[in-house]
Amino acid sequence: MMTEVLREEAVPLLSRPAPAPAAADLVPTGIEATARITARRDAAGATVLPVLEGEGPLAVRRLRAVGAEARAALVGAMSAPLGGDRLAVHAEAEAGARLRLTSTAATIALPGQHGQPAFYDVRLTVGRGAAVHWLPEQLISAAGSDLHVTTDAEVAEGGVLVLREEQVLGRTGEPPGRLTSRLRVRCAGRLLLDQELCCGPGAPAGWDGPAVLAGLRALGQLLVVRPEFADAPVQPRMLADHASVTPLAGPAALVTAVAPDALSVRKLLDEAMTELLA
Amino acid sequence: MHLDHATTFPERHTHSAEPVRADGTRRALRIGLGGPVGSGKTATVAALCRALRDTVSLAVVTNDIYTREDADFLLREAVLPPERIAAVETGACPHTAIRDDISANLEAVEDLEDAIGPLQLVLVESGGDNLTATFSKGLVDAQIFVIDVAGGDDIPRKGGPGVTTADLLVVNKTDLAPHVGSDLDRMARDAKEQRHELPVVFQSLRSDAGVAEVADWVRGRLAAWTAA
Amino acid sequence: MSRAALLVLADGRFPAGGHAHSGGAEEAVKAGRITDAESLERFCRGRLHTTGLVAAGLAAAAALGTDPLALDEAADARTPSAALRAAGRKLGRQLLRAARATWPSPELAALAAARPRGAHQPVVLGLTARAAGLGPEDAAYCAVYESVSGPATATVRLLGLDPFQATAVLARLAPAMDETVRSAVAAARRVPDEGVDALPRAAAPLLEIGAEAHAAWPVRLFAS
Repeated sequence: MMTEVLREEAVPLLSRPAPAPAAADLVPTGIEATARITARRDAAGATVLPVLEGEGPLAVRRLRAVGAEARAALVGAMSAPLGGDRLAVHAEAEAGARLRLTSTAATIALPGQHGQPAFYDVRLTVGRGAAVHWLPEQLISAAGSDLHVTTDAEVAEGGVLVLREEQVLGRTGEPPGRLTSRLRVRCAGRLLLDQELCCGPGAPAGWDGPAVLAGLRALGQLLVVRPEFADAPVQPRMLADHASVTPLAGPAALVTAVAPDALSVRKLLDEAMTELLA
Repeated sequence: MHLDHATTFPERHTHSAEPVRADGTRRALRIGLGGPVGSGKTATVAALCRALRDTVSLAVVTNDIYTREDADFLLREAVLPPERIAAVETGACPHTAIRDDISANLEAVEDLEDAIGPLQLVLVESGGDNLTATFSKGLVDAQIFVIDVAGGDDIPRKGGPGVTTADLLVVNKTDLAPHVGSDLDRMARDAKEQRHELPVVFQSLRSDAGVAEVADWVRGRLAAWTAA
Repeated sequence: MSRAALLVLADGRFPAGGHAHSGGAEEAVKAGRITDAESLERFCRGRLHTTGLVAAGLAAAAALGTDPLALDEAADARTPSAALRAAGRKLGRQLLRAARATWPSPELAALAAARPRGAHQPVVLGLTARAAGLGPEDAAYCAVYESVSGPATATVRLLGLDPFQATAVLARLAPAMDETVRSAVAAARRVPDEGVDALPRAAAPLLEIGAEAHAAWPVRLFAS
């Protein structure tokens, strides 16, 4: 399958060469790059991708469509984000279109040369009766990094959004970097979810304590917005010791999972996804 | 003095102690049942429900120290349909929930009426507590204090706000008196001394009479409430 | 304004139902995450900087006169756990009852009419502070103090923790509470220009998850 081929091709994100020493003397500027994807429903009912643009470390590949659903993947062409970088992904499914967006490898936040924070902004727009599945691989917050991730989603009436976010605090055996991750979702013009997690060195005290993460290093969320949930909300319940599914105050369900490792989180989210999309 | 109350106590219209509902109809009579752990409060509530449910529209709020235990007992005994039983968590302080901070209990009473329509009677059962636990007048219109003969026949003599001031004192499990060496006559004399004219009922739920006398007392209060 | 009104509102005996809520401590105690004064302190710090900060922002904004219904929607969005939304509205309804009896005001009456099932507690708290003639800092102080005093009191009851130690935990948190209030009020003051998105939205995953676990227990001492 196409996705598997891409996985093999993906450049290990850690192999990005460090900037040339001379660059340190210049005004420190990171990379600014935006990937744009627009999905449109054509006359035949299929979804086409009239806009599919990557830039710098954010390359985008078209994958084979499945039924009426167009698919694309972000390809980690360079290691990013480094401190100072400003990356963005803008994806939109226009009315009735169906888009599934994945990434081919985990994203690793790394420190830059000058200690500046990096920014990663994801903007998802789901038109009337459209569907967007945003299912990137994990975000790994490496020691010394400082990344601000903002995910903003706007879902129009009758739209479907399936959004997965996973964070891993530190590579194996290393302490985490600083990570600030905000997830904000509007549904039919109404605020549905606004949450921000701050963790790592410099985050407000208690982030690793018994109320927030309790020393666990991997966490994930799966948000499913579906019109069906307006009349038949999911029943809140536990999925594991540190994982639950809960209905939001709108046509949506949210799975939150915290675990010692990324694999456990993924397994919980995958199982929950099967159930929530059934 | 009472002429001033309308302005002196505007809060009366916000926290549901007033006897009429917002629409002008008389709200349900609320009777509290308190008393020490194991004295038979829940069994008395269950028996009252069975005795009254055919003629009175009623519901129950329980305040168990371990929430839901009593509500579950009432459900198992099938004395009332589940929508007529509400449980209130008390944060390990049952007396606080019926006396010092009655807000959760008031919510529970109102929620019952919202869910099932106007009621005539709400029984509020406290969690088992000590002899000093009594209900706030902001929560109930009358209270029953339930003790039992096995808890010691000196309890009426010891007094305490529950024994001395409750509108009805119930001395429960009289069938056990010979087995635990409790002197019922002495309990009656002590109760009379502490309570003067306030009524006392000796009951055994295992006897044929069962809860009949307490049920009659409740009917009397209900008639007086409705007529007022 | 009356400074004493702040003491009336902040008093743990203010009859608004708080005594029956542990702020997640009952679940954390059972799960073994709170075992002593030291872990209680770390729990409280985490709660202060997440739930406490969010509540303080909402309360301060309500005290400044922000539309309480917009804040109620913002509170929903900041409370993904259905169990915590239910607890927040229940406590809000109880506080509204106490507040209307204590400091009657047309704004409180209007909120009660618009949200008969209860508005989120921090929103009611801010509006109550306003009705009592208090300001946004006062409202935020009440919110942050509640966010840690609830778990501390509950832990005394649940673990038999030495009450002097629990109170010392609260005293050690005082500087962090001051800081949290400053940050919440600063955000609330940006609401007229930036809307409710300016308010804090800090999340505590284990509090959210633990609240669902707790709500499913067949038997428990605290309502949340």
